Amino acid sequence: MSQLLAPPADFTGLSALLNHPAPIVLHQRRWHGPLVALVLAAVLLPTVANEYWLSAILVPFLILSLSGLGLNLLTGYTGQTSVGSAGFMAVGAFATYALLVRVPVLPLPVSILLGGLIAAAVGLLFGVPSGRIKGFYLMVTSLAAQFFLEWVFSKFPWFYNYGSSGTISAPHLEVAGFNLNTPAGKYGLVLVFVLALTWVAVNLVRSQTGRNWMAIRDMDTAAAVVGIPVYRYKLLAFAVSSFYLGIAGALWAFAYLGSASAQSFGITRSFQILFIIIIGGMGSIAGNFVGAAFISLLPLLLDTLGQNLFAGHVDAGLLQNIQKVIFGGLIIWFLIKEPDGLVRILSSIKERLALWPLRL
Amino acid sequence: MLHTNKRRALALLAAAAVAAFSGAAQAAANEQFIPLPTYRVGPYASSGLPWWGGLLDYYRYINEVEGGVDGVKLAYKEFETEWNTDRVVEVYERVKGGQNGSPVAFFFTHSTPASYALIEKGAADKIPLIDPAGGRTESTDGAVFPYAFPLLLNYYSQASVGINFIAQREGGFDKLKGKKIATVYHDSPYGRETQAAIELLAKKYGFENIQIPVADPGNEQSPQWRQVREAKPDWVFLRTWGVSTPVAIKTAARFGFPVDHIIGDVWAGSEADVIPAAAAAKGYKALAPFPGGTDFEIHKRLRKSIIDKGLSDLKDTKFFGSVYYNIGLINAVLSVEALRVGHKKFGNRALNGEEARWAFEHLEINEARLKQIGFQGLLQKLKITAADHEGGGAARVQEWDGSRWKLVTDWIQADRGTLRPLIDAKAAAYAKEKGITPRDTAKE
Amino acid sequence: MGLFLETLIGGLLAGTMYSLVAIGFVLIYKASGVFNYAQGSLLLFAALTFVTLHEKGLSFPAALAATVVVLIAAALLIERWVLRPLANRTQITLFMATLGLSFVVEGISQGLMGAEVHSLDLGIDDVPVFIGGLMFSQFDAVAAATAAVLVTVLALLFNKTRIGVSLRAVADDTRAALSLGINLNRIWQIVWAVAGVVGLVAGMLWGARQGVQFSLSFVVLKALPVLIIGGFTSIGGAIAGGLIVGASETLAEAYLGPYIGGGITPWFAYFLAIAFLYVRPAGLFGERTIDRV
Repeated sequence: MSQLLAPPADFTGLSALLNHPAPIVLHQRRWHGPLVALVLAAVLLPTVANEYWLSAILVPFLILSLSGLGLNLLTGYTGQTSVGSAGFMAVGAFATYALLVRVPVLPLPVSILLGGLIAAAVGLLFGVPSGRIKGFYLMVTSLAAQFFLEWVFSKFPWFYNYGSSGTISAPHLEVAGFNLNTPAGKYGLVLVFVLALTWVAVNLVRSQTGRNWMAIRDMDTAAAVVGIPVYRYKLLAFAVSSFYLGIAGALWAFAYLGSASAQSFGITRSFQILFIIIIGGMGSIAGNFVGAAFISLLPLLLDTLGQNLFAGHVDAGLLQNIQKVIFGGLIIWFLIKEPDGLVRILSSIKERLALWPLRL
Repeated sequence: MLHTNKRRALALLAAAAVAAFSGAAQAAANEQFIPLPTYRVGPYASSGLPWWGGLLDYYRYINEVEGGVDGVKLAYKEFETEWNTDRVVEVYERVKGGQNGSPVAFFFTHSTPASYALIEKGAADKIPLIDPAGGRTESTDGAVFPYAFPLLLNYYSQASVGINFIAQREGGFDKLKGKKIATVYHDSPYGRETQAAIELLAKKYGFENIQIPVADPGNEQSPQWRQVREAKPDWVFLRTWGVSTPVAIKTAARFGFPVDHIIGDVWAGSEADVIPAAAAAKGYKALAPFPGGTDFEIHKRLRKSIIDKGLSDLKDTKFFGSVYYNIGLINAVLSVEALRVGHKKFGNRALNGEEARWAFEHLEINEARLKQIGFQGLLQKLKITAADHEGGGAARVQEWDGSRWKLVTDWIQADRGTLRPLIDAKAAAYAKEKGITPRDTAKE
Repeated sequence: MGLFLETLIGGLLAGTMYSLVAIGFVLIYKASGVFNYAQGSLLLFAALTFVTLHEKGLSFPAALAATVVVLIAAALLIERWVLRPLANRTQITLFMATLGLSFVVEGISQGLMGAEVHSLDLGIDDVPVFIGGLMFSQFDAVAAATAAVLVTVLALLFNKTRIGVSLRAVADDTRAALSLGINLNRIWQIVWAVAGVVGLVAGMLWGARQGVQFSLSFVVLKALPVLIIGGFTSIGGAIAGGLIVGASETLAEAYLGPYIGGGITPWFAYFLAIAFLYVRPAGLFGERTIDRV
């Protein structure tokens, strides 16, 4: 049943080496320019984008990309399937809230990072079974963890400071005197975290750690034979992944929604993140961004198309159900047609464009 | 080959995206844009569908029969949320800027959890959140919550009306002393919302207060009702929602608790809550600030101009007059009447959030007006002020006879005087936590 | 003592309702190695189809037969469009596909048959029955009996019929079964159809208890701990797991609940399941997989 997964489509040119004769060096150098431009554009965006785009489209997109990145490190790179991502996001959100409320002297970014660390600890705890359980049963463990965590944050009022509504909301969003409670401010906060953590992730996967993770994913028995401390690296993957997810959760609750409850981090969210990495590309960094864009924009697209083309002619409820069917169908289609995700599609387009007009 | 197909598909998708986002405009100049976060799919759709039916039918009635509100047509637009709080928040963010010249005057949240989630955003963006018989109880205090309106019956008032009804049945408040009233509630903030009120009332009237939680989704409740059987309460107050309600009623029957001593709250009192329980639900009562039924004047008018003409939003007109349909009607009429009040002050044009807030805070509907608009018996008298965002605090009680809801009481008023200090205390705590200075409501 | 016995037996009986749902999962996992997340949606679809047909005028047996036909058709479609294209893929891919499938089935269910709630009357009154001073639920007893009948029928199917033996062969070793000439696609179609019918039975019983409505698909949330404890590959395990989960969560709610403020029912089953995973990952009756390099 286990099989060698296709090589990841990432920036190290590994896939280029294995699949295409194009020179690697060209491959790597060509990315730096556009990448820098992209980052610059992202930073300057608030000056041109309007409030709606910033707070309703870009912020959730970035946070979902971060979540996808977290899950990808665990599932895409280390091969430990997990559908409990939203549970760890919840841990991060509620931990950050607890710190913000009970230790208000800490500045906001520190609280968020500490919240991430707490989530990492919880992730570690739920990663312990990975020593004995593999593949499918591990996924089941993560599912159990998801429901358990969701229940915990709903049941015990301590977590939401005994508020009657069961929701947590950030007291103030400010860093060093700057009020971040504006669309541009929130966008900036999220962008800083996403850029920093992406940079860390890129370096992590290119390092020995990343290679060990991929070895574990591809053939863990062989990896153990070769001398890689498999269990330790698995635990590390769980911890790092939950760290990312925890921070994403805190950002989701405070920089995007404004207030969140256990329901914001339900099983549907976990599946959403899993969809992101499957559609975007498992074992890829860029894939998370592509997948997140797809997942966050597609429902909007379907909705707008439906409203503009069919509103008034087709019953609204039926329209919504049709959208659901289309979404499910697309998931299945993607799984059948392109298991390596959108990044593979995009990179092959890029390859073809590189050779155009000599050959299309 | 495969790549070419994929590229074509992506190109098509991109083109569609561009086309979609540049989308068609909806509201024209002198129209009031009304965004509606609705749920037509998912587990709560059965409650939603008749609701939107009532809402949209009334809006259409106003537009077509009365030519709009003082000449301003209503440009309503639906957005699917599946009763998911995050999606309601997303919709809110998407629409709060208004559309095509018309700002957003108010925002129906259609969900208590969403009211909680949006309460700060509404205040920041100056858009009133309207959540009749729902919302955050302390937002009754308009001094601290200028932009949240738990109209008609907040959760504390619900508890109070329930207790008052029990007292009625027992023969007086003095008869409550020594009695046992158990509350079986959905273990969520929604379910816990009435606990403080019941505790207060238990102290006041001397009855024993037993609270029994049911975890979500609540499709297996044997442990809870076994507990009820052991405790032998005189009455059970049911504060569940969704599937936990019919399961509760059935399980109660299974454990031998008499169904006619169970009172459900507002959101446990619709057809969808009792039909699955079949015979076990006969005699079950529920609070009804929005009674079910079609014997009201407005229904006659709607039947003539909307239903019989085939213009109803309902796919199946058998839901005409159901509890949720009537909820939609009442939501709609409250918004329309508020707009009228606003037009008188600000002119007959599309209103923005601040103006709508003023309008809601000066909304008064008396018996005469109820008769005029055809809602006598269906809607209670109400007077909303800046200090009191609830405005009514009364409900009737209806009983399920196996095929329809029958009203068995007149309007029962909640004991708002006793409950108000509790609300004020909570509002003050909130104001302190968020650093809000309560405004001087006398000036409004 | 009486209360304890009553609680225990009540819990055991309630547990058989969970087992019924779990059996559907086990069937599919055994034969195709897929954790079918769409089982809940299929359960809903089956129950809804039955109720809709019944309400439209078909008699009880006719509606039942018609629903079975629809389920067989659904199984054929699913095998052709979802399983066959994803034939050799990883378990997680297949799981994701069933996730997508669940959206499709839910959309079709609500789109075609509406979102209303329906009551389902199976003619079993849900009234208390007293035996020896202890109170039991008549409905639960019937459910337990149904589970017993179902398990017997399935056992006969697997052991006495040719198809059943082929199913077991495929479950044991797919490649060997293929080499023997067993038509894998046909097996999958049959298994999914049978799982659909099992889902129909479970859906009808659950629907009679809580009404046939969308939230019916949430019963799978309870099936998961049952599967973890009993193992994914054994029907006997599903029964055992269901009994354990039902009994322990009812007892826990009654005896532990008051100390934690009640409402521990969903948590306890998962807590138990997680504990089992640390101790016996494959479940009580599940097969342990051996990894090869």
